[in-house]
Amino acid sequence: MSKPSREYYIMVIPELCMGCKSCEIACAVEHSKTKSIYTAPFETPPPIARIRILAVENYFVPMRCQHCKDAPCMAVCPTGAISRTEEGFVVLNPQKCIGCLMCATACPFGHPKIDSYTRTVVKCDFCYDRIRKGALPACVEACPTSALRFGTLDELMEKVAEEKAEAMLKGMGKVPGHVIVFPAERMGEKKEPQMKVSDVRSMYSNVRWE
Amino acid sequence: MSHEYIKYKVASKQVSITPGVAELIEKAEREGVKTAWHRYLEQQPQCGFGTLGICCRNCNMGPCRIDPFGHGPSRGICGATADTIVARNILRMIAAGAAAHSDHARDICHVFKMVAEGKTRYYSLKDKEKLKFIAKQMGIKVGGRSDQEIAKELADVLFMEFGKPDDEPLKVLMSLAPEKRIKVWEKLGVLPRAIDREICECMHRTHMGVDADPASLLLHGVRTSLSDGWSGSMMATLLSDILFGTPKPIKFSANLGVLKEDMVNIIVHGHNPILSMKIVEIAQSKEMQELAKKYGAKGVNVAGMCCTGNEVLMRLGIPSAGNMLMQELAIITGAVEAMIVDYQCVMPALATVAGCYHTKLITTEPKMKIPGAIHIEFEPEKADEIAKKIVTIAIENYPNRPRARMYIPKEKMEAVAGFSVEAILKALGGTLEPLINALKDGTIKGIVGIVGCVNPKVKHNFSHIVLAEKLIANDILVVGTGCRAIAAAIHGLLKPEAAEKAGPGLKKICNALGIPPCLHMGSCVDCSRILIALKALAESLGVDIPDLPAAGSAPEWMSEKAVSIGTYFVASGVFTHLGTIPPVLGSKTVTKLLTEDIEDLLGGKFYVEPDPAKAAETIIKVIEEKRRKLGWPV
Repeated sequence: MSKPSREYYIMVIPELCMGCKSCEIACAVEHSKTKSIYTAPFETPPPIARIRILAVENYFVPMRCQHCKDAPCMAVCPTGAISRTEEGFVVLNPQKCIGCLMCATACPFGHPKIDSYTRTVVKCDFCYDRIRKGALPACVEACPTSALRFGTLDELMEKVAEEKAEAMLKGMGKVPGHVIVFPAERMGEKKEPQMKVSDVRSMYSNVRWE
Repeated sequence: MSHEYIKYKVASKQVSITPGVAELIEKAEREGVKTAWHRYLEQQPQCGFGTLGICCRNCNMGPCRIDPFGHGPSRGICGATADTIVARNILRMIAAGAAAHSDHARDICHVFKMVAEGKTRYYSLKDKEKLKFIAKQMGIKVGGRSDQEIAKELADVLFMEFGKPDDEPLKVLMSLAPEKRIKVWEKLGVLPRAIDREICECMHRTHMGVDADPASLLLHGVRTSLSDGWSGSMMATLLSDILFGTPKPIKFSANLGVLKEDMVNIIVHGHNPILSMKIVEIAQSKEMQELAKKYGAKGVNVAGMCCTGNEVLMRLGIPSAGNMLMQELAIITGAVEAMIVDYQCVMPALATVAGCYHTKLITTEPKMKIPGAIHIEFEPEKADEIAKKIVTIAIENYPNRPRARMYIPKEKMEAVAGFSVEAILKALGGTLEPLINALKDGTIKGIVGIVGCVNPKVKHNFSHIVLAEKLIANDILVVGTGCRAIAAAIHGLLKPEAAEKAGPGLKKICNALGIPPCLHMGSCVDCSRILIALKALAESLGVDIPDLPAAGSAPEWMSEKAVSIGTYFVASGVFTHLGTIPPVLGSKTVTKLLTEDIEDLLGGKFYVEPDPAKAAETIIKVIEEKRRKLGWPV
C-alpha cells in the first residue's frame, strides 16, 4: 500500500461536548439508505449510529473507532471482512461479515455494534466517501461546539496550540514553567470563563445517587 | 404481560433514602419492568443545550442552538441571543406551570358554580364560614343573603378572573395580597389582569419575532406567576376548602406500607380533589365494602399518591402511598387493583407498568388520556354513579391479583397533616400573637416553606429531609406542601415526636402546642396557603414580606409548576432556594437577573444550590440577616 499524501484524523475534545447527540443522529442518517433526517427514521432496518456519547465523570465523551494503525479487529477477522482504505481508514464489508463478533472481542475501544436485523457488525468508516468528495465526516459536520474536529495531525495540533496561545495571552490558561508577560493594555480584557455542562454536572456531586 | 428489556441496572440502594424503594426497584428489575430511574439512565447523557436553556424550537427556521463555548454560533437564525432564548424558554415554563394550576382551579370553579346554581346534588358547600369570609374579602354582599346566592355571585366573580377583558388587576389578588406588595407590583407594572390573558401573552411574547429583551420577558414571567399564586392556585385552595372543608389537624400514615394485603387497594393519583373525594366516599360505603367481601377481600382500602393524595389526606386522613417517583413502585407491589388518575405528574409509563401486573389504570379527565389506560370520563353531574362504576371495576379486579408476585414493603410512618392557615391559628389559640412573640424573642428563628417535587437526577427525598432536619435543629419552623410534604411524612418529620429533632426553642413551642416541627399545609396549589400565612405575619408586624425572617425552598423540583411557584414566591418577596439547577445557565444575564438583580425590584431572589447541607447554611444566614435588620436577637 502506497503512503497517502495526507493522513486524516478526528480529534475529540470532551470539555466541549454538550452531550446533545447531534453526532449520533448525523451518523445514523449518513449510514441510512435515504440519507435524510426526514426519511431515515422510517427505514427498516433502522439506521444505526456508529459513534456514541458516553457520560463519564462530569464529562461527555464521544467514542468512535480509532482506526488503529495495527488494527486488532482487522487481524482477528476470520473472513477478511475488515480492510483498510487507501486513506488508512479501517472499514468493514457487510457482505463478508459472518457476525462472529471476533472484532468486538478484540477492539480495545468497545466500538463495534451489531445490526440485529442483519446479524452483521457495523463500525465507523470515517465517512470515507464524504471525505473523497471533500466533505467533512458527518459527525464532525454535525457537532455544534467543535468538540469533534477533522484534519491532519498538523492542522489539528496547530489549532490546539493557537487556542492555548490565545488563552495564555488573555491570562486564562497556565502552562507550567512558562511566565507569560502580555501587553499592559490587554490586562483588562480578561474574558470570563464560559459555563460548561461539566460544571453543571459537578454541582450535583454531593447529591448524586452514589 | 409485556416485559421490557432492562439495559441499565439501577443502583437501587443509592437512588432513594426512602424505605421500600430499593426493594421495589429490584423487584421491577427481576420482573423486567422499567422505572423512571431506569429511563433516567437510558437518557444519559442529557443534552447540554437543553440543560443550559440555549436551544430554541419556537419557529421552523430552527431548531437553533447557541454554542456556549463561543466556537460556533452566538445567535439563532432570527438573531436571538442566548439571553433572549433562555428568557423565552423560562417564560414558557412559567406559562405552562401557571396554566396547570389555574386550569385545575377552573375545574373546581366549575363544580362550585354548579353547586351554587343547584345543578348537582353530589357536592355541597361544606365550609360556609369560609364562603362568607372570602365573599366579604372580595366585596360581595353577605348580609341577608342565602349561602347559595353568595356562592353564585362569588362564582361569577371568580370565573371572570380567568378571562376578564379589562385592564384592572385581578380581584382575588387585590383582595388578598398585602397592600405593600401590591404597591411594589404596581410600580413595576406587573399587576396581572386576567389569568388566561397573561398565559396567552407569554405564548405571544415568545413567538418568533416578538419580545427579545430578557428583562422584559422575565417581568412578564413575574406577572404570570402572580396570576397563578395570588389568584389561580389561591382559588383552587379556597374553593376546595369551601366544597370539601378547610383542613384541620388529622392523623394519617405514609409510605407504600399503607397498601393492604387482604383488601382491595385503590390509589387516587394526580391533583384535583373533585373525583377523588367521591371515590373515597363511595369506596368507604357499606355497599362497596360488602361487594369487596363478595370478591374475597376484607374491604376496600383507598390510598393517595402525589397531590390528589394530599387533598384527600388533608381532609379525610386517607393514607399516602408516596410521592411522584413512587407511582410506578405502587403498581410494582402487585397489590394495587386500580390506580385512578386525574391530571398532572401522572407518568405515561404507568400504562406500561400496569400492563405488567393486574392493575387497572383509569384516566378520568377529558384533557388527560393515556394510551393503554381505561378512560372513564368524570362528570360532576353524575359523580356518584361514575365513582361507583370505577370502584366496582377495582373490586372485581381483586381475584386477579398475582399473589405469588405480590410484595408490599412493610414500612409506613404515622404523621399529622391538615395545617391550613385556619388550623395553625387555632393551634395558636386563635391569634398569631404567640407565634409572633416566639419569632421576636428568638424562640423560633424563622419560617421556611419547603415545597416541590422529587427528581431522579438527585437522591430521592434526600435533600428534602436533610434540609428540613438542619433547619428545625436551628429552631426554624418548616411548613410544606406537595411531594415534599409526603417525603417529610414518610421520614417521620410530621409527627409531634419529631420535635425531639428540633432545636430547644422550636421544641418548646411544638411540645406546648402539640404540633410537629414541620407542618403539612396541603397540595402544591396550597402553596397559596403559605402566601396567606406570610401576608398575615407581615401585616401583623407592620412590615413587608421581604423583611420577614422567612425563606422558601424547592430542593428536588422538576415540574414547570414549580417554576411558576418559585417565581411567585420570589415576586412575593421570598428568598427562594432551588436544589436542582434550572435551565438558565446558558445566559449570564438571565442568571444574574434571577439570582441577583431581581432582589432590588421585588425583595426576593433565587438561590441555586444542589447540596442541601450548604443550602441550609445559607438559608440560616439569610434568616439571621433579616432578624438583625428587624432588631431581633439572632
